[in-house]
Amino acid sequence: MPGILTFAEQRDGKLKRASLETVSEARRLAGPLGASVTTVVIGPGSEPLAAELTAQGADRVVVFDDAAFGSYATESYARALAQAVGEAKPSVVLVPFTAMGKDLAPRVAAKIGAGLASDCVGLEVKDGRLVARRPMYAGKAYATVEWSGEPQMATLRPNVFPLGPKDAGRAVTVARATVDASSRARATSVTATAQGKVQLAEAQIIVSGGRGLKGPENFQLVESLAEALGAAVGASRAIVDAGWVDHQLQVGQTGRTVSPSLYVACGISGAIQHLAGMSSSKYIVAINKDKDAPIFKVADYGIVGDLFEVLPKLTEAARAHRASRG
Amino acid sequence: MKIAVCVEQVPDTETRVRVAPSGAAISEADVQTWIVSPYDEFAVEEALRIKEAKGGEVVLVSVGPERVQQALRNGLAMGADSALHVKDEALDAADTLGTARALAAAIRTLGSVDLVLCGQQGVGGDHSQVPGMLAELLDLPQVTVAVKIEIGDGQATVEREIEGARETWTTPLPAVISAQKGLNEPRYAALKGIMAAKKKPLTVVDLAGLGLDAAAVAPRVRVTKLELPPPRPAVRMIEGDAAAQAQELVRVLHEEAKVI
Repeated sequence: MPGILTFAEQRDGKLKRASLETVSEARRLAGPLGASVTTVVIGPGSEPLAAELTAQGADRVVVFDDAAFGSYATESYARALAQAVGEAKPSVVLVPFTAMGKDLAPRVAAKIGAGLASDCVGLEVKDGRLVARRPMYAGKAYATVEWSGEPQMATLRPNVFPLGPKDAGRAVTVARATVDASSRARATSVTATAQGKVQLAEAQIIVSGGRGLKGPENFQLVESLAEALGAAVGASRAIVDAGWVDHQLQVGQTGRTVSPSLYVACGISGAIQHLAGMSSSKYIVAINKDKDAPIFKVADYGIVGDLFEVLPKLTEAARAHRASRG
Repeated sequence: MKIAVCVEQVPDTETRVRVAPSGAAISEADVQTWIVSPYDEFAVEEALRIKEAKGGEVVLVSVGPERVQQALRNGLAMGADSALHVKDEALDAADTLGTARALAAAIRTLGSVDLVLCGQQGVGGDHSQVPGMLAELLDLPQVTVAVKIEIGDGQATVEREIEGARETWTTPLPAVISAQKGLNEPRYAALKGIMAAKKKPLTVVDLAGLGLDAAAVAPRVRVTKLELPPPRPAVRMIEGDAAAQAQELVRVLHEEAKVI
């Protein structure tokens, strides 16, 4: 029976949502591929996560539940994942395209000689083989990708693949594994930079600001609206390059490509690099004083107006809406 | 320190992408300007700063057709010492692993290298794969998405940014480190640098010259179709004063779009 192997990222004994999305997608593909699903979890506290992964669709969970894998290190995790692939001999390997997956998957692909398609937003089975869809040029184009040989390896964009229903009745099969946990490059400290804030990559709603805000002191108008909507905060390249906000917030080419259900662009004219990075959002709202700004060409709803009047009113209305829904 | 920097030439980020007649690639004829991939520029800049502080040599390495020599000359004009161009028709269809294999073989010909720098992602392909593959193929440690690099005695301390956190990593050298935006502000090449670049050594090598054959770089992943995203529906403008616009927008987002 051919197999699908997925990597499940956990930090501090908690599974990332993207890990569950990846298992869920593997379960969906397992039908047409006639495959079983093996999921690999690495790190202390992995074994108790097997139940959740099984409910989400794993048939078998391989755990490297060892304190030596306490903090993520590329080489040790790559060795573990490559060993699991060597034993399970899957035809498909799926890894979430999180910060960890993005660092890990290429090293594993080179180790096992697999073709790797990054940041996939769609997967299908055609003639018993995987076919992927992925953005290129930050979303200015979409590629259909096929593999020669096996395993066919792909990283999955978080927040795109739906979570299927959980089935707590599925039998849990755990296999304990171990491997050399040494790594030359290692993390020595981690500082949270945005504690409690919604992260761009995982956000359902993003509120972004651009040069129309006139100065860094006005970026709080965007932050207030984001807070009222329970949204992550983004920015145009112009204000990142001007030093108003950190580059981690940049949406578009040379920043992050995002596809939330709602994207609110405030004072962003819509340079082609920015449009590329956000135009696959489900709904786009543009607020700009210039009615001819290119951003309105991709927007579903537009407001021509003064940000300094509209944003406070909108924040107020969003808060009232939230309060009315409890 | 001997530093190798991997450089990819990509279409300018202003480029309006069009699909080639093959239906499986972008139309290069419609690309007006080719540039050094912006993340690779951060890598070149960082290499130059390390060289200025510690002494040493910066070698650029690139894989691609004839045109990539323009990107290499740009890097030489910024201040790199020499360039190595891996040029072979068999690489035209190479995937990331094939490219990484060619780069790894090219870097091995440079002798003992203390540091390999890359951009964290080639702008366009957007794979973010080559640095990690290269590290594995060269059996070197890797640190990706670096926003700060400090070179110590035989080791480097690197800050990297991940979702909502900043991590500090240490790695022995040699290592492969990939550059993220925020690492530095790349310099512009001055006229003097542009003139000097014309005289700097740029060596061209093919796969056979690296001890590789076409099979070693045969793609395992290939694009079979490239499409532009579907056009978006027309915008609906919301009129009225600011308060009315705000009320109406919240209403439509809740009742029609159902996203809040």
